Amino acid sequence: MADQVLDAKGLNCPLPILRAKKALKDMSTGAVLEIIATDPGAVKDFQAFCRTTGNELVSSAEDGDIYTFEIRKT
Amino acid sequence: MLDDSNAKSMSIIVTKGTLDWAYPPFILATTAAAMGLEVTMFYTFYGLGLLKKDLNLKINPLGNSSMEMPMAGGHMAMPNIVAAMPGATALTSAMMKNMMKKKGIATIEELRDLAIEADVNMIACQMTMDLFEYKPEDMIDGISLGGAATWVEAATGCDINLYI
Repeated sequence: MADQVLDAKGLNCPLPILRAKKALKDMSTGAVLEIIATDPGAVKDFQAFCRTTGNELVSSAEDGDIYTFEIRKT
Repeated sequence: MLDDSNAKSMSIIVTKGTLDWAYPPFILATTAAAMGLEVTMFYTFYGLGLLKKDLNLKINPLGNSSMEMPMAGGHMAMPNIVAAMPGATALTSAMMKNMMKKKGIATIEELRDLAIEADVNMIACQMTMDLFEYKPEDMIDGISLGGAATWVEAATGCDINLYI
């Protein structure tokens, strides 16, 4: 269960990443951020974002046009 | 992953100031900053205008044959004879901004604010300021002035150096 949810639906690159980064900044270590997006490019971008920043991509799911990601802040 | 022990950095020379060309530097700068990189942007020639307090960016349809706008299910490029008509630039710019808004694409103003918020180091080219007769008060706050050597010094310490 996520500690915080970010609605990034309708936002295009790079806004989902930038909004997620902003949300993570104010969260405590170990907390999980759920991001709901509609940008198909976000799938690869959140993988790259997490690999580079070290935050853990707990899950990445696709349901029709909706993409849901869970990121644990490290 | 990047941490304090292997921090990376990126510099971008920003040379173009039209609406379309303003996107790549700001998108890359804000994203890199969000991914923990230290970012420097050096604004020179027409790129310098992107630091003005009031932006009214335009896209130029004249001689821009690869600019195909989605239209009626297909794509259409504007013939030069139409693009040269008075008002064509304003019309194309308004169409592009409208299309971007619909697609959830950030405005340049928004990306620029995010870059400043993320402590991106913004350097305005002193020579271009003099050449085009801009005053520091024409520009947004939080920028510094510098020349080629300022960028070269910053770039020698950067892992990624881009010219856009």
